[in-house]
Amino acid sequence: MDTARLLPLVVAAPLIGAAVLVATGRRLPRLASDVLGCAFATVTAVLALLVLFRAGHPGPEAYPVEWVGGWRPVGGRGVGIVLVGDPLGAGLAALASLLVVAVLVYSWRYFEEPPRRHTGSFPALILVFQAGMCGFALTGDLFNAFVFFELMGVVAYALTGFRVEEPKPLQGALAFGVVNSLGAYVTLLGITLLYARTGELGFAQIGRKLDAGEPDGLVLAAFVLVTTGLLVKAAAVPFHFWLPDAHAVAPTPVCMLLSGVMVELGVYGVARVYWTVFAGPGGLAHADFTRALLVLGVLTALLGAVMCWQQRHLKRLLAFSTVSHTGLFLIGVAVLTPEGISGTALYVLGHAGVKAALFACAGVLLDRYASVDEHELFGRARELPEVGALFAVGGLALCGLPPFGSGLGKAIAEEAAGHTAGWLLALYVLVSAVTGGAVLRAGLRIFAGVGRRPRDGQESGPETTGEEEPETGRRLGRIPVPLLAVPAALLAGSLALGVIPAVASAVDRAGALFTDTGGYRRSVLDGRAAAVPASVPPHWQATGILLGLLSTALAITLATLAVRRPVRTGTAALLAPVRRLQSGHIGDYVAWLVAGTALLTVLTVPGVR
Amino acid sequence: MTVLPYLVAGWIFLIGVYGLVTSRDLIHAVGCLAVTQSSTYVLLLAVGYRDGGTAPVFADAPTDSRVVDPVVQALALTDIVVGATVTALLLALVVQLRKRHGTVDPDALSELKG
Repeated sequence: MDTARLLPLVVAAPLIGAAVLVATGRRLPRLASDVLGCAFATVTAVLALLVLFRAGHPGPEAYPVEWVGGWRPVGGRGVGIVLVGDPLGAGLAALASLLVVAVLVYSWRYFEEPPRRHTGSFPALILVFQAGMCGFALTGDLFNAFVFFELMGVVAYALTGFRVEEPKPLQGALAFGVVNSLGAYVTLLGITLLYARTGELGFAQIGRKLDAGEPDGLVLAAFVLVTTGLLVKAAAVPFHFWLPDAHAVAPTPVCMLLSGVMVELGVYGVARVYWTVFAGPGGLAHADFTRALLVLGVLTALLGAVMCWQQRHLKRLLAFSTVSHTGLFLIGVAVLTPEGISGTALYVLGHAGVKAALFACAGVLLDRYASVDEHELFGRARELPEVGALFAVGGLALCGLPPFGSGLGKAIAEEAAGHTAGWLLALYVLVSAVTGGAVLRAGLRIFAGVGRRPRDGQESGPETTGEEEPETGRRLGRIPVPLLAVPAALLAGSLALGVIPAVASAVDRAGALFTDTGGYRRSVLDGRAAAVPASVPPHWQATGILLGLLSTALAITLATLAVRRPVRTGTAALLAPVRRLQSGHIGDYVAWLVAGTALLTVLTVPGVR
Repeated sequence: MTVLPYLVAGWIFLIGVYGLVTSRDLIHAVGCLAVTQSSTYVLLLAVGYRDGGTAPVFADAPTDSRVVDPVVQALALTDIVVGATVTALLLALVVQLRKRHGTVDPDALSELKG
C-alpha cells in the first residue's frame, strides 16, 4: 500500500476504536474493553511505525503527502486538507502511539475498579487523545493543527479531571483547560491574520505566499499569536503555570502521556510552524526567532530546575522537571540548525521513555502508600527494591548518563547549542544535573532511607505535600506485573535509542529534512521528491560522553549533599517569592499568559523592517 | 469595509481576558473564556466579508456573482463546535467542583500552591 494512504488511517484508527469502545464498553467486561483499547492503539502504532520506516529515504517517499479526499491544490492554491508524513512528525506520531500502548497496559491493573457502568470510558478517552496527538504531528494545515490541538486539549482536560470525586484533580483540570483553551484561541487569531494576508491555510501555501512580499507588522503579529498558543501547550515560562497543577493531580497513566509527549508536541508545533511558514524571506528573520526562543528557553530551563529542586510532592517534582527539559528542547529548536533539531528530537524520544517510567514508579508508590510525599515516605519503600532500582535508573538517565537515548540527544543538542553560544553548554549540564539530582534525592530518601529524616516546618512559604487517595480501589499489597514491566520496558527503550546507531542516523536525516523549508514546500505543493542531504550521522563523541558523565556526577553529588544536610531555611526563604508565583489561581495564570505574549512581542519586534 | 470589525474583535478579546483575570466566580470565568472565543468569530467573519457579496450558495444565484468567503464560514462553524465542547466540559468540571469543594471562588482554591 502507498505510504501516503496510511496517513489518514493513523488518525482514523484510534477514533474508530474510541467509537467502538463508547458503543460497546459498558456491556463488555473490563478485560474485553482493555484488550480492545490496546488492540486499536497497537494497530495505530504499527501504522505510524510503517510510515516512519518508509519516510525519510531518498525518492518520492521522503515526504509521503496525502491530500484527504483527493482535493489536490490547483495552480498552487489549496482547497483541501493535507497530511504530511515527514520523518519527524511520523516519529512523534509513533512515539505517542507506543506510549499510549504502554499506558493502556499499565492502567490495566492500575484502575482497580472503573466507575460503575463506565467500563471502557478511560481507554476510549485515551484513544481520542492518541488521535489528536497523531493528527497534530501529521497535519500540514494550520487550521487543522488548531483543531487537533484543541482535540487533544479537551481530552487531556477530561482525563486530568478523570477522578471527579476529588477536588484537587478538578482544580488542576480547570486551570489546564482555561489556560490552554485561551492559548488555542490566541493561536486561532493568528491563523486568521495569516489567512487574511495569504488566503491560504496550508503551511506550505502560506509560506510561499508570505515570501512573495515583505515582512511587516501583520506577519509579526501573526507569528506572535500563533506561537503563543503553541508555547502554552509546550509550557514555556511564563505560560507554564498550568502544567505542574495538572500533572500533579492527573491520574498517573495520564501524567505519563502529558509529560512524555503532549508537552513536547507544543515544541514540535513551534518548530514546524517556523520552518514551514516563517523561515523564508517574507517571514521572521532567523536572528529574531533565535533571540525570542532562546530567552524563553533559558528562562524555562532555569525556573523549571529551581522549582523542581524545591518540591517534595513527587509528581510535582517530575512535572517541574518536564518544564525545565522543555526549556532545553526550546533552546535546541532556537539555534535553528539541523543538528539542533535532530538532537532535540532524540532528546525528546529518550526523555519520553524516562519520564513516563518515573511517573509509573511514582504511581506504584501512590497506590501502595497513598502518598507521593518525599518526606512522608522517608525510608518506607525499602521493601520495594525493584521499583527503587527502576527509579534510580530513571533518575540517572534523566541526567543524561551515557548510553541512554536521553544522554545522546542531550549531547547532540548541547553541542549544536554550544556552537551558537558557549555558555549554553553549561546550562544543559547544570539543568540536567539539578533535575536529575532532585529525582535521585527523592529516590535516596524514599527507597533507601538515606540521611536524616526530614522534619516538617523547615520550609517557609507555600508547600504542596503529596498525601492523596490511591487510584486503585484499595491499597496495593503485591505489585502487579504490568506496573513493573511497563517502566522497565520504557527505560529499556530509552537505552536502545542511545545504543542503536541506526536510530541516530535516522533522526539525523529527519532533522535535515525538517529544516529544508524549500524541500518541504516543493514536495507538498509540486509533488517533487525532496532530496535527503548526506551528512555524517551523529554518534557518541568524547565531549558528549564527558559532559553526560559530568552532569550525572554533579547530580549524584547534589542529591547526596541534600540528603545529608537538609535545606537551610535561608535558601528556602530566598526562593519563596518564586514559589509564590505558582498560586493556583486561574486569573494569575491568564495574566501571566498576557505578559508572556507581550514579552514575545518585545523580543521579536526588531524583526519588523 | 472599514477597520471597525477588527477593532471590535480586539476589544472583545481584551474584555474577555480582563474578565478572566479579575473573575471571582468560576462560572463567570468560563463565560469570559467564551467571550474571548467570540472575538475569533468576529475576526474570521470580518476577514471573509466582501462588500456587496451575497451568501456563497449558488443554487439560485449566477455562478459569477460576488459572494463572501465560504472558507471562513466553515472555519467559524468548526470554531463554534470546538468552543461548545470546551465550554461544556469546563462547566461540568465547575459543577463537580462545587459539589466536592463547596465553592466556585478561585481565591478559595488554594490546594495547589507552590
